[in-house]
Amino acid sequence: MPLEGRVTTIYIDNLPYGVKDGQNLLQASLTLGFNLPYFCWHPALHSVGACRQCAVKVFKDESDTRGRLAMGCMTPATEGTRLSIEDPEAKAFRAGVIEWLMLNHPHDCPICDEGGECHLQDMTVMSGHNYRRSRFRKRTHLNQNLGPFLNHEMNRCIQCYRCVRFYRDYSGGRDFNVFASHDSVYFGRYEDGALESPFSGNLVEVCPTGVFTDKPFKEHPTRKWDLQTAPSVCTGCSLGCNIIVAERYGEVRRVLNRYNADVNRYFLCDRGRYGFDFVNSQRRLRLPLVDGRELVPEGSATQALSATEGGSPRPAPASSEAKGAVVRRAVARARDILHGSRRAIGIGSPRASVESNYALRSLVGPDNFCDGMTSGEHRLVGMMKDIVASGPVRSLSLAEVERADVVLVLGEDVVNTAPLLDLALRQAVRTRPEAVAEQLLRIPLWDDRAKREATQGKQGPLFVATPYPVSIDDIAVKSYRLSPDDIARLAQAVAYAIDPEGIAPLVGAADPLHVVAETIGGSLGLAARPLVIAGASLGSEAILRAAANVATALAKAGKKDAGLFLVAPEANSMGSALLGGMSLDEALEAVRTGGADTVVVVENDLTSRLKEASFRALFDSTKHSIVLDFFRNRTTELAEIVLPVATFAESSGTFVNNEGRAQRFFEVVNPDEIVSASWKWLGLLSGRGTGEEIAWDTLDDIIARISEDLPALAAIGSAAPGARDVPQVHRVPRDSHRVSGRTANVASLTVHEPPPPRDLDTPLSYSMEGSPRGRIPSSLIARIWAPRWNSVQALTRFQEEVGGPLKGGDPGALLFGPASDRTRAYFDGVPEAFAPDPRRPLAVAIRHVFGSEPLSALSRSVSERIPSRYVGITPDAARSLAVADGERVEVTVRDLRMELPVRIMAGLAEGLCALPEGLPDMPYVGLPAPAGILKRTAP
Amino acid sequence: MLSDKEREEIEAEMARYPHKRAMVPEALRIVQTHRGWISDESVRDVAELMGMSAEEIDTIASSYNMIFRRPVGRHVILFCDNVSCWIMRSDAVRDHLVKRLAAGPGETTKDGRYTVLPSACLGDCHHAPVMMVDDEMHGNLTPEKIDRILERYT
Ligand code: SF4
Ligand code: SF4
Ligand code: FES
Ligand code: FES
Repeated sequence: MPLEGRVTTIYIDNLPYGVKDGQNLLQASLTLGFNLPYFCWHPALHSVGACRQCAVKVFKDESDTRGRLAMGCMTPATEGTRLSIEDPEAKAFRAGVIEWLMLNHPHDCPICDEGGECHLQDMTVMSGHNYRRSRFRKRTHLNQNLGPFLNHEMNRCIQCYRCVRFYRDYSGGRDFNVFASHDSVYFGRYEDGALESPFSGNLVEVCPTGVFTDKPFKEHPTRKWDLQTAPSVCTGCSLGCNIIVAERYGEVRRVLNRYNADVNRYFLCDRGRYGFDFVNSQRRLRLPLVDGRELVPEGSATQALSATEGGSPRPAPASSEAKGAVVRRAVARARDILHGSRRAIGIGSPRASVESNYALRSLVGPDNFCDGMTSGEHRLVGMMKDIVASGPVRSLSLAEVERADVVLVLGEDVVNTAPLLDLALRQAVRTRPEAVAEQLLRIPLWDDRAKREATQGKQGPLFVATPYPVSIDDIAVKSYRLSPDDIARLAQAVAYAIDPEGIAPLVGAADPLHVVAETIGGSLGLAARPLVIAGASLGSEAILRAAANVATALAKAGKKDAGLFLVAPEANSMGSALLGGMSLDEALEAVRTGGADTVVVVENDLTSRLKEASFRALFDSTKHSIVLDFFRNRTTELAEIVLPVATFAESSGTFVNNEGRAQRFFEVVNPDEIVSASWKWLGLLSGRGTGEEIAWDTLDDIIARISEDLPALAAIGSAAPGARDVPQVHRVPRDSHRVSGRTANVASLTVHEPPPPRDLDTPLSYSMEGSPRGRIPSSLIARIWAPRWNSVQALTRFQEEVGGPLKGGDPGALLFGPASDRTRAYFDGVPEAFAPDPRRPLAVAIRHVFGSEPLSALSRSVSERIPSRYVGITPDAARSLAVADGERVEVTVRDLRMELPVRIMAGLAEGLCALPEGLPDMPYVGLPAPAGILKRTAP
Repeated sequence: MLSDKEREEIEAEMARYPHKRAMVPEALRIVQTHRGWISDESVRDVAELMGMSAEEIDTIASSYNMIFRRPVGRHVILFCDNVSCWIMRSDAVRDHLVKRLAAGPGETTKDGRYTVLPSACLGDCHHAPVMMVDDEMHGNLTPEKIDRILERYT
């Protein structure tokens, strides 16, 4: 154990250890690798000393032989502290605590979803309680239906209070609580119904027992050790939370959190946790289509491989040869088209990996490559990249957001555009009051109870400016409801307040926004770690420019720890921006006037980015079209050739998150010889000549090419080791060493045990053999498990210190250099004040955590939570239109006419209306744009 | 729906509390004084009036045993089962009470007149055994005395 930075010596069972100052004895013991049981303490929720499970003996000094029992999680590790974990009295006490907890806990491990990965099981075994003495009946509870994400089995509750502390205290949810007292203590909702918090799924990992378990997972219960798992990255938004994806029988079964101290740390949002199910969608493409007809491998009929319901139909195992023939035929057709074409335009996608976009770019040539974004999105994302790459203020990691002390949010409805940012801000507002409590009252940071008692819910300054009410209003000192232009103007005025020398005031210096800006600027000016948040969701470049100006002004004012956090639209928007390329509108132009006759579209359903007319025109004016996608959608319908591609779960690649962090995701589902990564297909298509020679074969190859070719992306190679970097014997196994029945899994199809799939792309293996746990690089952690720690709590065994970085450093590679190398002047271009037009309100986009992201929207559980489309209008507008909530109106935006139910939104800024662009039943509109709203006349 | 009176009383109290949460038991007490118990609907009404969630109200309502979340009889008997009373043979008196009312601890008489609840020390040990009916204390209980007391409440 390296002792650097560790200043305190403590004695555990008479041996000295160095531990970092300011910890409690439980944290210190776990960091040192001791097996000390606990329940109520959680590394992110900290200590409350409620369960009494972590009792140790503490001794006054060397001569003290009696000692006293103390709770490890409530006792600071100070210099010279002597404790005993092995002391017989302490051990007996801990066994006794378990015995009490087990009085009411059912003995249903064999049918409990938590079984085999249960913290209560682990702690019971660890504490040595194994024989029930109580003769009394167990109390029982009724369970609740908590919606599509969670099962509820209250009989298993051990009253540790973690759930309510996470749900309410940590994530601000209000529809969950603890009820009653004594034996009847109950954790749940007031009545049945879906939990409202978009972070509810974390209860699966927070609850140490089987009270809250994953509902979609229960459709096909599988023990943890039978799941094939691999490290991956969430595709749900631009934050790039790290996840562990689990597979069984060719389907993705669940997603769990994968700790990364710089990004998501302990938690995920429900879009990320439950959105994976699109992978199993019935709409998945499994075979290439040529002119609308499937190329079926010889000797196979389409049938379900998994005997389970909801499994998507896929080809029964045809011979490898037959499958190879199908691939060759599809590739040959596509190549013919490409060879014969005058000019082929490649349309990529900010949702596809860097590798797939790059592969397309090299197939068609950089001049013919389009990044697949609308011109608005293209400009916004490009600007974000420039701001982050050239600005004097650093783009913060999500973990750093939690430590910001004054925050200004400009335009983003964070819970719906970057859900985990909401959770991070809820921690950020505690930073300042808790620092005060620590200084004045000497309350250690881990003492949650005392901290909350001392701070009484006080919150540090958070300012919010958005067009409509947002989730974080409840933690804001002040929320302002403004149009996008006025948000930009407010930000500019804030920049002026901070640097009146360098920035001009708004036109009309008497603008009332200056008064507001004074307050915000003053507060930011007093901060140690001020943070400015903005993003692309309102489609406003002016907001981004002004946000950058605030950040620059803070840097000029000497705030070297000032930060920016820019929310991008998609999981790999930043990667696409770094790759470069034209926008969709330019691509349309190239087709219309530039002589392009062929278009290759990769993982981009263009109906979500183009108006119907342009979409049609694109396909009408090109002779040939090749589309690579996961699903059947409107774009694949029009294509001449469709190639079925692998999702994030079946392929490997790199995403660059909003911060500029390149992160690798790894395939977890056994590869199929037909469905493969876009970059693999494109590699086949790009082979020069007519032979089988291809441009790149493996992930290592294409990453090496990207690094050589594009300096801005050169560092993506270091996001994780490549297949070549890890010798075969040290490959990371996707199967656990306890995996059972792997020779029998496909017995329904063949009695011959198939050889394990080969994986030439990644340093992982489809096997139970490989690198010992202790030697796995952090970016390759495929499961959280350690001897005696079967639950996710085993994580402490992978961390340098509890709650700290993973051993060997956290995964990912930052693509932007240090801020000290950058200088950028202020942006100009402040919009004019917004002039509301009551007859033509400006329609702005509003997003929904469930529904506004198209992949997760296909997940069965998520789809139950998706609202249907509507138009949000102000109460004033409702009055003048004489419409009631829910009544239908006719909305015309650009040339699109829709009939939508009205949602009266108190707090929507004057002169605006809100449209949920991106919901599955909402067409692409191209917001913001003025709208006409008419009351529907009775038919 | 809360009555105007309940609403007024709660609002008057609310002004005196810096933290809404601290005021919840008081609000519930007010409603219970008027209605005898707190129904699911009352929880929601109080929540709405105070701008809190039903969960935030019920977490408090359900944890105090003197806030009744189920209907009770017209009169509530709190029968002390603590140690001083036990020494003074409260068991025998309790048995008599239960037999006489045909309602055990936690139960309500058929005619809806009485609910019997066991209670911790009522702080009147020098008159043990003791019970409390609504707001009135009755000490030095004997079976005969119980009979007389029970006649007094209708
Ligand atoms: S439900 Fe789970 S997390 Fe909540 S108190 Fe019970 S055991 Fe703890
Ligand atoms: S916040 Fe974004 S990246 Fe993180 S889990 Fe949710 S959707 Fe996925
Ligand atoms: S973990 Fe220390 S008392 Fe619960
Ligand atoms: S024990 Fe009965 S009143 Fe004190």
